[in-house]
Amino acid sequence: MSLVNYTAREITCKIVYYGPGRSGKTTNLQYIFGRVPDARRGRMVSLATQGDRTLFFDFLPIDLGTISGFQTRFQLYTVPGQSYYNATRKLVLQGADGVVFVADSQARRFDDNVESLQNLQENLLSQGVDVRSMPVVFQYNKQDLPADLVLKQPDLDEALNFRGVPSFGADALHGSGVFETLKGISELVLRKLASGAGVPA
Amino acid sequence: MSPLHPTYRFESLVVGANNRTAATAARAVASAPGSSYNPLFLYSLPGLGKTHILVAVGNLVREVNPTAQVEYLTLDEFVEAFHAAVGAGQADAYRARFTTTDVLLIDDVQFLGQRREMQAELLRLLDHLQQAGKQVVLTSDRSPADIDLLDDRLLKRIAGGLVIDIGPPDYETQVAILRRKAEEKGVTFAEGVFEAIARLGIPSVRELIGALNRLVAFQAVSEVPLDAYKARVLIGGEDEASAIEVPQLEHAEVTVPAATRASEEMIPGVQLGQSDLIGGLAESDFERADDAWMGIEAETTSEYTRYEDHAFEDEFDSSAMLPGAGDESMDSVSGFEPATERHRPSGPADLTPLEEKPPVSAPRDEFGDFLSDLAETLARQVEPWRSRVGEAILRWEGEGFRVTVLERLLQAEEPREPEAALIQYEADAEQLLELRREALDLAPEMADAPQLTDPSNMAAAEAWMQRLRDASRPPSSPSDTWRLEALIEGTGNRMALRAALAAIGEPGTRYNPLVIVGGSGVGKTHLLHGVGNALLAQGASPVACVSAHEFTQELIDAIDRDSVPAWRNRYRRCAALLIDDVHLIAGKDRTQEELFLLFNLFLESNRQLAFASAVPLTELSGVESRLLTRLEGGLVVELPPPDRELRQRMIERILGARGGADADLVNYLAARPAESARAVQGAVQRVLNAADAGDGKVSAALAREVLEGTARRAPAPPAVAPRPVSGVAANGVRSREKMVWNWPGVSDRVIEEWR
Repeated sequence: MSLVNYTAREITCKIVYYGPGRSGKTTNLQYIFGRVPDARRGRMVSLATQGDRTLFFDFLPIDLGTISGFQTRFQLYTVPGQSYYNATRKLVLQGADGVVFVADSQARRFDDNVESLQNLQENLLSQGVDVRSMPVVFQYNKQDLPADLVLKQPDLDEALNFRGVPSFGADALHGSGVFETLKGISELVLRKLASGAGVPA
Repeated sequence: MSPLHPTYRFESLVVGANNRTAATAARAVASAPGSSYNPLFLYSLPGLGKTHILVAVGNLVREVNPTAQVEYLTLDEFVEAFHAAVGAGQADAYRARFTTTDVLLIDDVQFLGQRREMQAELLRLLDHLQQAGKQVVLTSDRSPADIDLLDDRLLKRIAGGLVIDIGPPDYETQVAILRRKAEEKGVTFAEGVFEAIARLGIPSVRELIGALNRLVAFQAVSEVPLDAYKARVLIGGEDEASAIEVPQLEHAEVTVPAATRASEEMIPGVQLGQSDLIGGLAESDFERADDAWMGIEAETTSEYTRYEDHAFEDEFDSSAMLPGAGDESMDSVSGFEPATERHRPSGPADLTPLEEKPPVSAPRDEFGDFLSDLAETLARQVEPWRSRVGEAILRWEGEGFRVTVLERLLQAEEPREPEAALIQYEADAEQLLELRREALDLAPEMADAPQLTDPSNMAAAEAWMQRLRDASRPPSSPSDTWRLEALIEGTGNRMALRAALAAIGEPGTRYNPLVIVGGSGVGKTHLLHGVGNALLAQGASPVACVSAHEFTQELIDAIDRDSVPAWRNRYRRCAALLIDDVHLIAGKDRTQEELFLLFNLFLESNRQLAFASAVPLTELSGVESRLLTRLEGGLVVELPPPDRELRQRMIERILGARGGADADLVNYLAARPAESARAVQGAVQRVLNAADAGDGKVSAALAREVLEGTARRAPAPPAVAPRPVSGVAANGVRSREKMVWNWPGVSDRVIEEWR
């Protein structure tokens, strides 16, 4: 997708929240949705199953207004975390400008995190995208759970974030770390745009 | 009648996409009241600038024509005046007051719905003013169709004019409004503050200005300048306001009354009558500023109290901490900011001692914060010149300029010297603004011409401007050869001459218009130009003195060149307007329309009008009655053919210039009947020519021979080449002097008639 349209003075960023099922991707979007003024946000599209699991994807368009002369819009997507929805994940991942990998900090979900991260790399590769060139940040969600249930951020970084990209502890349910994560991925995406990787329309 | 607020002018109105149509229409109405959109009806939600535009119309009308009667009042005042007049038994005086006004401006007419009797009164007034060519402008907070119980006839009258709505200002307009208002107040803010406020999407200009007042008040008492974040938090809402760091609260007591006292001490500017702090604001603005400040105060006070409550809760939570959560746990989440209100089992943040608790514990405007950070990031990432070009595009697009050049700059991956291109564009745009100002002065209606909107084509703009300057040159002045002193007064023309002198003595007030009627060659043109020269000698300048044919021809040229407003304006600027052979406007509708407008303008501003006509007004057909009645409304004087006394004095003067003549000759010549002064001069000239051809002696016998054809004939005048002569209009003059030698092209005539 075109990241920057100089003619129309528009910047449109597609950011995909990726991660294992129940890690809190939709919760991130819901929190953001709740904090964005009505006039700035589009309708949040969420296709969920009866058990509140994301069936297809969530989509939240946000109009950030005019920044530095550019009409800036963010489109936030989530993918369904369950392993059997891989086709959907691939579809949603197409044209992404940045990825937020939402990991579940609970120790018992460690393997799910690793599996999902591998799946992300595979899906990007299948689309001809080198994961090293894709802006990615990690969010370690549910850090507010009792300490004996969750892994520490350095441990998670060591296990998942071997490229040393920015990572954030979070409690998406109550919002801690949600906007920090969004800001982190936005900076990476915009930095990539400034480096000339953005394709003018 | 309410006084017109002096600062409510078109110049101080920030025009954006939301109000451009309304402002343009209002300006057109103010420039030529009664001639374009009548009535003009503006409506919008409250606080979007209806009253500003309405009052600006009044101010501009008075600026263009200081003697114009402008009535501005709200519907309530209109109703009250009516009731008072009826109560005093002076309903007629009430009606007379409004029927004599030139421009009637009524604000907030939405309240008409409940006042049926006023609807009837307004309907009558509208009809009267429209027929008299007077302007009416109305404003409302809803469209005419949405005003309950509005009389159908009134609705139709309003719909027959122009109805325009004003929308809420867009982002760019809001920034421009904030900048201008801050400039007016002499206050500067850090970069990004206005943009941050504009992003809040405040829908009303009034609220926007209220928000600015809050910023002004806050900055006045703050030791550090407001930045974008603080400004947004300050204005953004109740919750966000708590995030402001208000160091003064350290000295304030927690209880509300004490905090109120503290805040009063903190904003001495407000208590001192706002003289320094918010100079120039309307009283309501002061109240709003005060209310706004009180709002901040209440919020900060309550937040302070909330902080105390939180501290208490936290203290309680720490004592109820789950076993196992200790220092180690706290280390494990280093860098992770705990939630403010904890609903899950208490975490390590609860161990924070009360005195170390950060003072800000309420939810922040996370999205606004995110936006600020993002803007900074983007500003860092995007090449600086691209940002500047982007901002320049927004600015100049807002001014109505074409920005294609700048857009091409942005599209280019590596343009050559983009900074220089931007500087050049902005210099050209500034130059265009200058040209616009000049055009505004010459012809306000043309200041928005597309030729003045493209800085990349300055040559076209200059050429267009030159044409406008040419079209705006003053019209023809009276001929220097025809002076009043050269006219000979006789019994027949005495009244006309005396009337002319009286009109010159009190120009614009005594006899206005002065209409001189008489046959061909009786001296109308001489008298008309003489009046013009006398006015010029008195200091009235410029004085336009043209023939009706010339007037029409100029109008056709102006139509061809699309410069009618400029042409119109050159006449509007004149101190007096004198038109010869005015009967030639018969059948020329557009000429009559333009003359009618000028007529009203000159009449209303007490500037002298004078006309000469070869056809008595009562016999003039093909001229609109509204114009005829106006011509007859001044003084119509007749210049009859010269009587014997006048003929004799003319002959004596002519012959006297050749050394005198005998009484027989003078008597003979004077006794000959003549229809015009020109005929008398012609007869004398023939005799003199015959004398010159013979022995040079001028005598009565020679005159008889020459004029009665009994003897020597004067040599024939030089042969005149035959010229094409077109048909003469029904009311035209059949003398050679009045024949049109250079008939306008057929295409010109067609254009004129079609339009």
